Amino acid sequence: MSVVLVFLLVIIGFAGWWLSHQRLMAKPWLEQGVIGDVVGMEGSTLPTAKIGLGVFLAVVGCLFALFASAYFMRMALSDWRPLPVPRLLWLNTGVLVLSSIALQCASVAARKGQIGTVRLGLATAGLTALAFLIGQLMAWRELTEDGYLLASNPANSFFYLITGLHGLHILGGLVGLGRTAAHAWNGAPPERLRLSVELCAMYWHFLLFVWLAIFALLSGWAATFIDICRQLLT
Amino acid sequence: MAIALVLVLIVVGSVLFHFLSPWWWTPIASNWDYIDNTIIITFWITGVVFAAVVLFMAYCVFRFRHREGNRAAYEPESKRLEWWLTVVTAAGVTALLVPGLFVWSRFINVPSDATEVEVVGQQWQWSYRLPGKDGKLGTSDTRDVTPENPLGVIASDPNGQDDVVVEAADLHLPVGKPVKMLLRSIDVLHDFYVPEFRAKMDMVPGSVTYFWFTPTKTGTFQVLCAELCGQGHPLMRGVVMVDTEQDYLAWLGEQQTFAELSAPQQTGSVDQTPRETTASGSKISARLETVEAR
Amino acid sequence: MVDITPADAIPPAEVAEVELYHPHGWWTKYVFSQDAKVIAIQYSVTATAIGMVALVLSWLMRLQLGFPGTFDFITPEAYYQFITMHGMIMVIYLLTALFLGGFGNYLIPLMVGARDMVFPYVNMLSYWIYLLAVLVLVSSFFAPGGPTGAGWTLYPPQAIMTGTPGGQDWGIILMLVSLILFIIGFTMGGLNYVVTVLQGRTRGMTLMRLPLTVWGIFTATVMALLAFPALFVACVMMLFDRVLGTSFFMPAIVEMGEQLQRGGGSPILFQHLFWFFGHPEVYIVALPAFGIVSDLISTHARKNIFGYRMMVWAIIGIGALSFVVWAHHMYVSGMHPYFGFFFATTTLIIAIPTAIKVYNWVLTLWRGDIHLTIPMLFALAFIVTFVNGGLTGLFLGNVVVDVPLSDTMFVVAHFHMVMGVAPILVIFGAIYHWYPKVTGRMLNETLGQFHFWVTFLGAYLIFFPMHYLGLMGVPRRYNELTDMTVMTESAQHLNSFISIMAFIVGFAQIVFLFNLIWSIRHGREAGGNPWRATTLEWQTPQTPPAHGNFGKDLPIVYRWAYDYSVPGAKEDFIPQNVPGSFGLSKEPA
Ligand code: HEM
Ligand SMILES: [Cu+2]
Ligand SMILES: [Cu+2]
Repeated sequence: MSVVLVFLLVIIGFAGWWLSHQRLMAKPWLEQGVIGDVVGMEGSTLPTAKIGLGVFLAVVGCLFALFASAYFMRMALSDWRPLPVPRLLWLNTGVLVLSSIALQCASVAARKGQIGTVRLGLATAGLTALAFLIGQLMAWRELTEDGYLLASNPANSFFYLITGLHGLHILGGLVGLGRTAAHAWNGAPPERLRLSVELCAMYWHFLLFVWLAIFALLSGWAATFIDICRQLLT
Repeated sequence: MAIALVLVLIVVGSVLFHFLSPWWWTPIASNWDYIDNTIIITFWITGVVFAAVVLFMAYCVFRFRHREGNRAAYEPESKRLEWWLTVVTAAGVTALLVPGLFVWSRFINVPSDATEVEVVGQQWQWSYRLPGKDGKLGTSDTRDVTPENPLGVIASDPNGQDDVVVEAADLHLPVGKPVKMLLRSIDVLHDFYVPEFRAKMDMVPGSVTYFWFTPTKTGTFQVLCAELCGQGHPLMRGVVMVDTEQDYLAWLGEQQTFAELSAPQQTGSVDQTPRETTASGSKISARLETVEAR
Repeated sequence: MVDITPADAIPPAEVAEVELYHPHGWWTKYVFSQDAKVIAIQYSVTATAIGMVALVLSWLMRLQLGFPGTFDFITPEAYYQFITMHGMIMVIYLLTALFLGGFGNYLIPLMVGARDMVFPYVNMLSYWIYLLAVLVLVSSFFAPGGPTGAGWTLYPPQAIMTGTPGGQDWGIILMLVSLILFIIGFTMGGLNYVVTVLQGRTRGMTLMRLPLTVWGIFTATVMALLAFPALFVACVMMLFDRVLGTSFFMPAIVEMGEQLQRGGGSPILFQHLFWFFGHPEVYIVALPAFGIVSDLISTHARKNIFGYRMMVWAIIGIGALSFVVWAHHMYVSGMHPYFGFFFATTTLIIAIPTAIKVYNWVLTLWRGDIHLTIPMLFALAFIVTFVNGGLTGLFLGNVVVDVPLSDTMFVVAHFHMVMGVAPILVIFGAIYHWYPKVTGRMLNETLGQFHFWVTFLGAYLIFFPMHYLGLMGVPRRYNELTDMTVMTESAQHLNSFISIMAFIVGFAQIVFLFNLIWSIRHGREAGGNPWRATTLEWQTPQTPPAHGNFGKDLPIVYRWAYDYSVPGAKEDFIPQNVPGSFGLSKEPA
């Protein structure tokens, strides 16, 4: 469970940092009047939707951290046979990076009000994300054809399970991206569009990050890395 | 008002129940009276806290109940009091924890002179294996379980040949000798639990768990399964007899070793196994039906 | 001391910039509503309905335990199905849903001074997915093979094997699917509760002015958002094991004399995942109860909650600590024995902030002006049962003491006392307290008294003696206690007594349900603030609060939630939205 505990530590650190700005030491019975205006104790100035997405991403992060924990625990048992990571995944990673870059461009453009670039960015991001998903499916096909079936070894099971869940999250993101694209083409108010695009970009970057972590996990680098850390510690 | 009285009655009643009711632990038959003592310490500390809190509450309810013209005091907090209570609580918790951890370290560190006894759980019966003359248990694997080899002893391990196998029968132990119970399961989780011994541990398929104890009284004790293992769980009983050394040796002499048990069957051909397997499968499903019929 | 802005210089809080969703017809107003208050009621009604199923199941189990051999239709199979469904429904579909989905939805926006949740549409989806989860769960009663009988902990391998009811039928699949749905639905709701507290607070409502109810629900939701993924992971992996033949949790197994095509998996891995969720779950249920009971005690004792700051810190501390104690449920699971030292220590440490909360509740009573209303009675009863259950937790948390007691009736008695009875008593108190706000009428007092006394004393009489059965060594999850040396004849009488009490307590709940329905029409008119409470939900212009909660202008908050009996003030309470300074504005000497 060490991965998820480290993850929680990060969350707790973040929560602690936030709480430390909330005057938890104050004696509220001594304070009358509108103190919120004085010290800015009300909600954050960030848009609520972004905070909502942030909280959601923390939950998603926790989910994948737990999978990683389970992965390491299961890996320690004797029947584990690592599977060869398909070459294709490198290409897929590249495609997903492109997708993130495209959305980043769209989000910069949205801030500047360049609607044409926004549309281009959104379209590119959508297509590359789709390409990523197709690439993942092809990687699955390749593995099954080579005899690495879902149930034949836990390493395979984890591979399909984790990549599958990540893919589902991308699919969900595509729904959001579709709605944003509808805004972009139907001429939604620029403020609204900008927020939408920024939310998509945030989600995409996060899923890219999760993908990189998963990739490291499934290809065994994460385990090697942890081994090295452990040796350094002892 | 009634509530204040009832709160007092709850404290008095609970304390009286504790001391007067006939329901208390079964007389201990192992060395784990350490555990019993820890429980007693815990009862005292928690009992005092329970009584104190509830009686204080009863007093408050009685003394500060609403009457015309009353007004509550205004006191947001009292740092001194709160710190003081924290420290007292921490002291109480430490008083519980320290003996607890001390006994735990005894519980998990097996004395070197303990003899090993293997318990194998399966839906829904207990089997046992004792080391033979060489004093060593042979290795085992669930994958080697067959009708002839119900415990999955690995036949190629010479240590295993002289192991005494007790399939679905009573276990005997000599009194006064520490034993290390090695726990194994070939299907689901079980838990080897003899209330009089106080100790228990889950049996996990795929690994070997353990606990140790020294039987201190001769007699017959019931084994219960304490981890839900399917619908036959409450019927999964067994018997442990703690014998004098003499009786124990007599019993041991009557038991068969692994080599003896597997000798006649080993002449049979290998492809005979599937038929046998189904036969024993139907034996267990017959058991299941009797379970259902009850 | 912070500057006090003169009250009259403050402009009214502007209407929140979230565009309020407006219902257009009966369907969108009462069924597919996005108003948190309606969603709260939908959640509560659904949770209560499924909770009644769990109650009936507990009767059936008690029939079997109290009068063994009398009721043939309760086969071992059926008994295990009852146990499993009872446990799972009570913990997840009733308590979690009611505290967070029900109370959270109703109280958070009102108490923080918001017009609604921040994402009303997602909030509505949350309820409908929850309902779907409940329906899937219920459907397993009608599936071939019936519901799963794996125990609410669903431990593999037995959960997905033939020897367990529903293991190789639909039961376990439906259970896992239902849990997965529940978690998805809950996450949607949970995002709302958290972000509304973060962003939806009205002007002046700093964190340290929040009522403890909001603190409790908020912290519990944060915990739930982080803990439920563990259950999600466990469920998905088990579903793979069951349906697709993987071996995440399945070691090599001989079943019915045959080798299964599995191998290498670890049942302990499941247990870690399950309890990584399961322990925080206990506090997910307890923290809202802690918060609510603090407010009940303070309001009905007309006194500020003693040590508010300590209460807040304790809630946060408990929330954080409860993520590092999970393996105290696994002391005898066969995990590495050295973990015992660590987890026993963390578990007993968590007792300290919990104890502080108890002290502060009873110290709030000290020199109060205690109105023995029904909510107050329930709050007092909560303290008794919670202290009792919490103290037996010190037995089970202290690793070596847990060895003889684990998996016995002692455990059953302990967790019923601490996470069954205690939170339920708070729920009752809370319903008596807030019912007037929700409906505009008071619940009937006589029926309430009856309900209180029977429930409190009955539940105590059920579960207090049960500890001693466990001490004797009577194991839990046994439908047959015959032919057992530890089960003396007198113990069997005790069991029959417990069963009879269970029926009486259950009957009182039916009286309560009657009261809930009857009082909607016939209860005494309550007025806007019958308990003379300070928090914002009592200051709404209409009762029940209308759509948008606060009329034209949102309230502005000038003080904390506990200004009761302030020296110098005329009334013995000052609502949070009343300006002006009274009483202490300096540290008392
Ligand atoms: C008067 C009310 C209740 C009665 C009479 C009752 C009775 C029972 C009984 C007889 C069992 C089975 C014990 C065994 O043989 O192991 C049980 C198990 C359980 N109950 Fe209750 N119960 C009640 C309320 C609750 C509540 C409010 C909760 C909510 C937390 C709850 C949660 C559980 C759980 C989690 C289990 C364990 C299920 C399992 O072992 O898998 N019960 N209850
Ligand atoms: Cu068993
Ligand atoms: Cu726990």
